[in-house]
Amino acid sequence: MAECHPVGFQWVMEAKERGAKVIHVDPRFSRTSAVADVHVPIRAGTDIAFLGGIVNYILENGREFREYVVRYTNASTIVTEDFRDTEDLDGLFSGYEEEDAAYDVSTWQYEGRELDETLEHPRCVFQLLKKHYRRYTPEVVEHVCGVPRDLFVEVAEALCQNSGRDRTSAFCYAVGWTQHTVGVQYIRTAAIIQLLLGNIGRPGGGILALRGHASIQGSTDVPTLYNILPGYIAMRHAHQTFGLQEFIRNTGNRNGYWGHLDAYLISLLKAWWGDNATSANEYCFDYLPRLTGDHSAYTSTLAAVDGKLKGYFLIGENPAVGNANGKLHRSALANLDWLVVRDFQEIESASFWYDSPEIETGELRTSDIGTEVFFLPAAAHTEKDGTFTNTQRMLQWHHKAVEPPGDSRSDLWFAYHLGRRIREKLAGSRDPKDKPILELTWAYPTHGPTQEPSAEAVLKEINGFTVADGKAVSGYEDLKADGSTACGVWIYSGCYADDENLPARRKPHWEQDTWVAPEWAWTWPMNRHIIYNRASADPDGKPWSDRKKYVWWDAERQEWTGFDVPDFKKSMPPDHEPSEGDVAEWGLRGDEPFIMQSDGKGWLYVPSGLTDGPFPTHYEPHESPFGNPLYGQQANPVRQVFHRKENPYNPTHGEPGADVFPYVMTTYRLTEHHTAGGMSRTLPFLSELQPEMFCEVSPKLAAERGLEHGGWATIVSTRTAIEARVLVTDRMSPLRVADRVVHQVGLPYHWGTHGLATGDSANDLFPLALDPNVHIQEVKAATCDIRPGRRPRGPALLGLVEDYRRRAGVS
Amino acid sequence: MTEQVGFFTDTTLCIGCKACEVACKEWNRVPEDGLNFLGQSYDNTGELGASTWRHVAFIEQRKPVDVEAKGSTADMRWLMSSDVCKHCTHAACLDVCPTGALFRTEFGTVVVQEDVCNGCGYCVPACPFGVIDQREGDGRVWKCTLCYDRLGVGLEPACAKSCPTKSIQFGPLEELRTRAQARIEELHTRGVVDAHLYGEDAADGVGGMGAFFLLLDDPEVYGLPPDPVVTTRDLPSMWKAAGAAALTLGAAVVVAVFGGRR
Repeated sequence: MAECHPVGFQWVMEAKERGAKVIHVDPRFSRTSAVADVHVPIRAGTDIAFLGGIVNYILENGREFREYVVRYTNASTIVTEDFRDTEDLDGLFSGYEEEDAAYDVSTWQYEGRELDETLEHPRCVFQLLKKHYRRYTPEVVEHVCGVPRDLFVEVAEALCQNSGRDRTSAFCYAVGWTQHTVGVQYIRTAAIIQLLLGNIGRPGGGILALRGHASIQGSTDVPTLYNILPGYIAMRHAHQTFGLQEFIRNTGNRNGYWGHLDAYLISLLKAWWGDNATSANEYCFDYLPRLTGDHSAYTSTLAAVDGKLKGYFLIGENPAVGNANGKLHRSALANLDWLVVRDFQEIESASFWYDSPEIETGELRTSDIGTEVFFLPAAAHTEKDGTFTNTQRMLQWHHKAVEPPGDSRSDLWFAYHLGRRIREKLAGSRDPKDKPILELTWAYPTHGPTQEPSAEAVLKEINGFTVADGKAVSGYEDLKADGSTACGVWIYSGCYADDENLPARRKPHWEQDTWVAPEWAWTWPMNRHIIYNRASADPDGKPWSDRKKYVWWDAERQEWTGFDVPDFKKSMPPDHEPSEGDVAEWGLRGDEPFIMQSDGKGWLYVPSGLTDGPFPTHYEPHESPFGNPLYGQQANPVRQVFHRKENPYNPTHGEPGADVFPYVMTTYRLTEHHTAGGMSRTLPFLSELQPEMFCEVSPKLAAERGLEHGGWATIVSTRTAIEARVLVTDRMSPLRVADRVVHQVGLPYHWGTHGLATGDSANDLFPLALDPNVHIQEVKAATCDIRPGRRPRGPALLGLVEDYRRRAGVS
Repeated sequence: MTEQVGFFTDTTLCIGCKACEVACKEWNRVPEDGLNFLGQSYDNTGELGASTWRHVAFIEQRKPVDVEAKGSTADMRWLMSSDVCKHCTHAACLDVCPTGALFRTEFGTVVVQEDVCNGCGYCVPACPFGVIDQREGDGRVWKCTLCYDRLGVGLEPACAKSCPTKSIQFGPLEELRTRAQARIEELHTRGVVDAHLYGEDAADGVGGMGAFFLLLDDPEVYGLPPDPVVTTRDLPSMWKAAGAAALTLGAAVVVAVFGGRR
């Protein structure tokens, strides 16, 4: 966190000064480890074993926060008797269909609504959880992760001691957890721990996802993701022929706040199609684009390679460096008819046609590349109005300070004027497929010499307004399903209440009434800083302790109150029990804090929604030097892999040729550079801080492979070979795993061919092997070889890689 | 002179982010001075110089902190410290400057006027820390101004402003010294017995540094001289000795010429 969020990390340092214990679990000893109380070096790709070990430690030693677990989680829910766990099927859950490499989840469901609050029923979630993690002992953690058992116990014990009524512990994570073929399940394991310890919804608790850049939270909220609509509403699929109401019934929940999906979706449709959206035409529900399958980034890339994708807009992203298997991406870009890149700098994804590594090797030739590349300069955040939504769900407005130079324009300008021009070209068309575009609301006020659309007008639309009088709504509870409200992003509703730009607030915390400091900017939903904060009070509505009081029930005023905005129906008493016919939030009880879940509970067990299991399970990374010591099933049985010649895989443990790539490689970031380098490697003051690509290796690995500190090394996989300067350091330590010592090669991933600080790209070494739920690439753990010296230049590089492939038996 | 101001750098709070290096260069328009991979841990800046006025040092150590070290990095320590011109109370660079380019400001800081400096370089060997230096291609000397322009309008220096953990603290020197003493006591109580101050003592060889530090190891480990002395300290006694020698020599000459057989 110190490496990647140095400014945010000041709060960790403050907490530490107040006595908080900081534990850093990471394959490398980074700048975070330098100031942490404890550093736990771990084999990359084994965190589920580590976290599962903590789950087991809690359960075996009876350290769970019992009342919280019984009342606030689904621990007491009973699962059908057809369910089989990975303990029964040697690493698989019931319902695995080998041909599709997918699970039929029907055997994972609950058995009716029965609960066992004694948590003794053999098929209750609590007992199934115990059984699932029974073998994740401290000895197993040492064996799998390379973490000495005493150190593991120290961490588990510290967590247990610092949780409960009076104390809470927090987890902070980033892509070290998500960029795995079991990434989502990593997070799930932490969620299980925090639910067992009663740390969710409580001050000083929770799980903080440290996102990768200033507004990427915003880019999932108001999504740039292909499969969701703003506010995490599901997209329709083309094969579904049902209408709006059936869609709402299928994707919403009867109970909890998703019970108002109709209001959120219809308000969204009203925002997009305005007066054209009426109850007669299902509010233009039919105009929504529909998915024909997986349109995620990697699938789209392969479609481009196969000539099925003609054009691409690339905005504020640099996949030529940032995505796994860089060569695949650059080949994909070279196979498009047209490419539009918007960025401040000519990033590698825009310059690939003349300076990519494939030009050097001859695999691509500039004269043969037919892609028409449009590079459109983008305005920086200082040159435009708008918001960032950061990792805490906080919307912070930023004001334009200067005009963008030359032809640079904001993304808002681009999208608005592109839409305007398209609509002008389509004007008068009678073709039904043009109607969704022509009938959009597209009249934002513009101003200034470039006719910049008003970002504040967009913010208001995002907040929502009543159609009749155009007044801003005060929150998502005001949204209606009858077409009388419009709202661009229901979870952001409230940010512009009373027509006031709340994200622009800048009252420093020392001038505010509570430490929660609600008058700085605006946090979704409804300015709640900790979500599910109902759980900070007991079932009767009293804080679990005075020390950790946060929100509570005020019996006199018959409402929830506290230091934060209660994440609960303000007027719902703690003893509320739903009657027949009560739906949405009233369909939940007054002591069910997880208001977005259909059963109001925190899910230890996930009956549906995940493709790879109701419980996280330790699987080895797709490429690993080790066999899975816990199960016969080596890796995630439903991970997404692509067997094609452009995406070769290193042989994994047990396969012939695995010893050709005996080391674990992992990627990470440095403070000095920003993601794929477009915003840092082009600037002199940052480039000089970390000017060259380097790898980090332990002295033992350096000795084993003849690597010289300050010299060069070549790192090889079946994809390609890259070179890097060598940094020999004790901070990368060899680990004792299973029966032997394993070495890890550390690779910062920022470098590319373009800019002031140039170098080879680490992600070029990795294949496409994705998490099956969210299609995120596994770039945190794979295998490699490393050898001294620079890599061959030109076509000779291909010879080296070919040699390795031959030895590994990969064609 | 208003009260002397300076820096107290508490290196136990440094996370090595180098915001100080970047803020300094941006504010003062200091040029980039070399894209060189030095292999000095995460330090590719190397040292202070004409075009580096803030330099973060990274020192990797294996220090047995626990007899029963649990886990392979339990004995690892990574020291980080942001170095800067010390703005010495007795500043040798100031003493030796023949043109008056270097002067003591109303804040007690030492600043070079680049339009007066004639590039003689006399101050360069005078500095006991090796801070001030001539800029290649330019000839003049450059160094940290303690953001003289910012102080003039009531702002703190750019580096202190940008430091996210308040490792770099700016303020009146007396106040900083009191605060630093309290911090040392607190750290010692917490068991951080290695913590000590460097440059806070007004009786030291440079009369107390305008930028002093809280370190966790010997100054040499951080690349700092252990007992710096203003290099012009002995000048008065040197002149006295030279004067005495000259007088003695003169007296001997007189005796030799005018004394003896006459």
